Amino acid sequence: MSTDSAPVAAPDNPGDAPAVELVGIDKRFGAVHANRGVSLTIAKGSIHGIVGENGAGKSTLMSILYGFYEADAGEIRIDGRPIRIKSPRDAIAAGIGMVHQHFMLVDTFTVVENVMLGAESGVLIQGSIAKARAEIERLGRDYGLVVDPDAVVGELPVGEQQRVEILKALYRQCRILILDEPTGVLTPQETDQLFRILKALKDRGVTVILITHKLREIMAVTDRVTVMRLGEVVAERNTAETDREELAVLMVGRKVRLAPDRAKARPGQPALAVEHLSLTDEFGVKRLDDVNFSVRAGEIVGIAGVSGNGQSELLEVLSGIRGPTSGLIRVLGQEVKAGGEQCRPDRMRRLGLAHVPEDRSRLGLVSAFPAWESAILGYQRDKAYGFGPLISTSAAEKECARLMQSFDVRPPEPGLGCAKFSGGNQQKLILAREMARNPKVLLVGQPTRGVDIGAIEFIHKQIVAMRDQGSAVLLVSVELDEILALSDRIIVMFQGRIVGETPGERADERQLGLWMANAQADPGGEGPTVPRGPAIPGLTLQSPTLPRPTS
Amino acid sequence: MSAPTGPLPRWIDIGVLPIVNLIMALIVAGLIVLAIGASPIEAIQSMAEGAFGSLDGISYTLYYATDFIFTGLAVAVAFHAGLFNIGGEGQAYIGGLGVGVVALTFDHSLAFLPMMLLGIVAAAAFGAGWAFIPAYLQAKRGSHVVITTIMFNFLATALMNYVMVYVFRVPGSMEVVSRDFESSAGIPQLSEIMAKFGIVISNTPLNLAFVWAIICCVAVWVYLWRSRGGYELRTTGLSPKAAEYAGIRPDRITITAMLISGALAGFVGLNEVMGYHRFLLLDFVAGAGFTGIAVALMGRNHPFGIVLASILFGALYQGGSELAFDIPTITRDMIVVIQGLVILFSGALAYMNRPLLERGWRLYAARRKPAATFVAPGTGG
Repeated sequence: MSTDSAPVAAPDNPGDAPAVELVGIDKRFGAVHANRGVSLTIAKGSIHGIVGENGAGKSTLMSILYGFYEADAGEIRIDGRPIRIKSPRDAIAAGIGMVHQHFMLVDTFTVVENVMLGAESGVLIQGSIAKARAEIERLGRDYGLVVDPDAVVGELPVGEQQRVEILKALYRQCRILILDEPTGVLTPQETDQLFRILKALKDRGVTVILITHKLREIMAVTDRVTVMRLGEVVAERNTAETDREELAVLMVGRKVRLAPDRAKARPGQPALAVEHLSLTDEFGVKRLDDVNFSVRAGEIVGIAGVSGNGQSELLEVLSGIRGPTSGLIRVLGQEVKAGGEQCRPDRMRRLGLAHVPEDRSRLGLVSAFPAWESAILGYQRDKAYGFGPLISTSAAEKECARLMQSFDVRPPEPGLGCAKFSGGNQQKLILAREMARNPKVLLVGQPTRGVDIGAIEFIHKQIVAMRDQGSAVLLVSVELDEILALSDRIIVMFQGRIVGETPGERADERQLGLWMANAQADPGGEGPTVPRGPAIPGLTLQSPTLPRPTS
Repeated sequence: MSAPTGPLPRWIDIGVLPIVNLIMALIVAGLIVLAIGASPIEAIQSMAEGAFGSLDGISYTLYYATDFIFTGLAVAVAFHAGLFNIGGEGQAYIGGLGVGVVALTFDHSLAFLPMMLLGIVAAAAFGAGWAFIPAYLQAKRGSHVVITTIMFNFLATALMNYVMVYVFRVPGSMEVVSRDFESSAGIPQLSEIMAKFGIVISNTPLNLAFVWAIICCVAVWVYLWRSRGGYELRTTGLSPKAAEYAGIRPDRITITAMLISGALAGFVGLNEVMGYHRFLLLDFVAGAGFTGIAVALMGRNHPFGIVLASILFGALYQGGSELAFDIPTITRDMIVVIQGLVILFSGALAYMNRPLLERGWRLYAARRKPAATFVAPGTGG
């Protein structure tokens, strides 16, 4: 039930009709009531944001609009006319396009081939290619969507791949464009470019629906915003008349802080140090290239970077999953050399290191296991969980229940299958497991990816609490906000190298963004010089482009 | 509030679905029987009668089931580690060779009990040894275990032919069999045990290996679901990445799982060589290794399900031979067809009927739910 938006009757003049009207959309998946009588009106030629926590029902709603699911009840009207959308084909015919969070592109095809895929006509393909090429050029001119039509998609940067997705939708004459969490994979600069494109689309009469959980994006680009919670619309606002704090409160139903209160770090001795760490993968590609840094006890070091620049490999090497090609890791003074027997996850754990992996559902737990079995993953040889070679179900279940209680995992049922917990609750369980033994070194990868705001706040607090207990925390995240909110020191990685380092309190988002995109002008003469520390005072002193939370 | 359960309750998944599959297989088999001019009803009656109608029939059914339990468990253990062991046939064959070797070597010098323990150890060691090479190649060299275990089945046949002809054949005999074992190297059969108590029943091959099979079921269950090693094995099978993260070495798990699998398959040799024949011979496995795959599939890779599926397949074997005897138009080949249909429907097509059952269940659940909500307030207040 919507509180603010009244169901709209079809207007007399179809020209003034809203682009999209959803009336009383209801959808259940088994016992989950994903959408409860959602009504929503989106004005023609506007950018409309839909925000909500994970599981609020926003993706379900858009999937219904795009024809992935059919609603159990309710009506969809496009330009005032009721229509039935039973498949994406119907949606495309109605002028709806969608850019998914995970791109639906063929990596080995060129841009032209991808754009016309599924829309080609005739027996021979040449005519279609010529037509698509001309159309791509026209769209590029009109909307600032510049992409080389003959580039192979797999070789394009992520931001350009996303443009190909948008081109695909426009090529199919879409007048209503849905973007699902479009900025998750983008650098701040790429995000700015995307927003410019969205505004150009709007200027030419395209209606844009933006699904996101990032409030600052809503503030930056939308005209109007709908807030969803627990499958219902809880509020609609004109963006100009609201602010991030209000939206956050509406989303979670209570006041949240975007940055945790935290005292200044009191770092001690280095607990984790890496020296000349390099990793070459089986294809001969250098994933890590002479990486050097250290994390001191009682300090959070954040690794920022666009995903795919070596952060994941760094975590894998430090946690012992992958052995480095060369270099040295020091955990609490113990040396772990490349090629040594110590490069194993169980050995690293014994040295006092814990690891919250980036890929929660594939590494952090086994989805087919009940919660208690995942709660001992990595510690299955621990004496506490049974006698000799046997595992005591009751001991492990009790421990799981304890972890669940201390980290407020819901529902607190150790016997429930892991797959039945929401992303946030899965993550809390993993964090609880890894933090339970008070590790001296804690590696955390993407701690809040796909996690709702309420849980984000809690998770951030726990990470800071670990620091205050004297753990050395290494945080890897593609969310710049998260890095900025938590880190005492920030390191930026690009193509396996450390390209920048700055103290957390003096970090400047723009500078970080430049480092992340490696857009730094080469200050030195020969070879790639690595700028370190707040190397370019002119830039670090500039005011941030976007407001950041202050602690 | 409890979280939503899966689309199908467990009892339908484990209980109803296999029965539906079995009925479909029997219907198709019935049509074939009808097509050759015999009565399907009579055929079913004859089979059921043959398998369960007499003490003899039941004994034979359980004797066949013993082999299937061993090979079914072998497939299941490998499966939980994410491996498809097609080599049960060869591992069972070589397991039997091991049993024969120790029996022929020690049957004069050892008493019954140490002989039996030695037989168990030999069956396990030879079966596991035969599985080790494919396991090692998979773990260390990445050769696919499906391919190598199939090849090892042929190797096992060739090896057995060789050793039987050149080593174990009684000189001067035309038959390719070893000499008979001494009585100490025979696992007691049911009739022999009953005779000790003065009860006379007819001779059947059912022997104490069946009890060992049941013990193995319990042991496999404890190992897989109550031990650290089994936990690591299942983790590797379900999510190799999570296993790596947890510090479990996948290569070691591959080898361990295949060794256990091979040992279990090797126990077929106990039942056949020491339990039934009591001399070493060729081709005693007779397809039990492959039937084990169907048994494991039908039994959902759970020891309890494997026991039930093994008894079903034992009944098909035993009832099938009775059927060929009772109705002459139904030849042995027809029996193989019927067994094949059951394997097809309960193994290969095991999930074919699942969507149908799911839809049925959803309709039923939807109709039941409103009624429940109306009742609740009345009972509550």
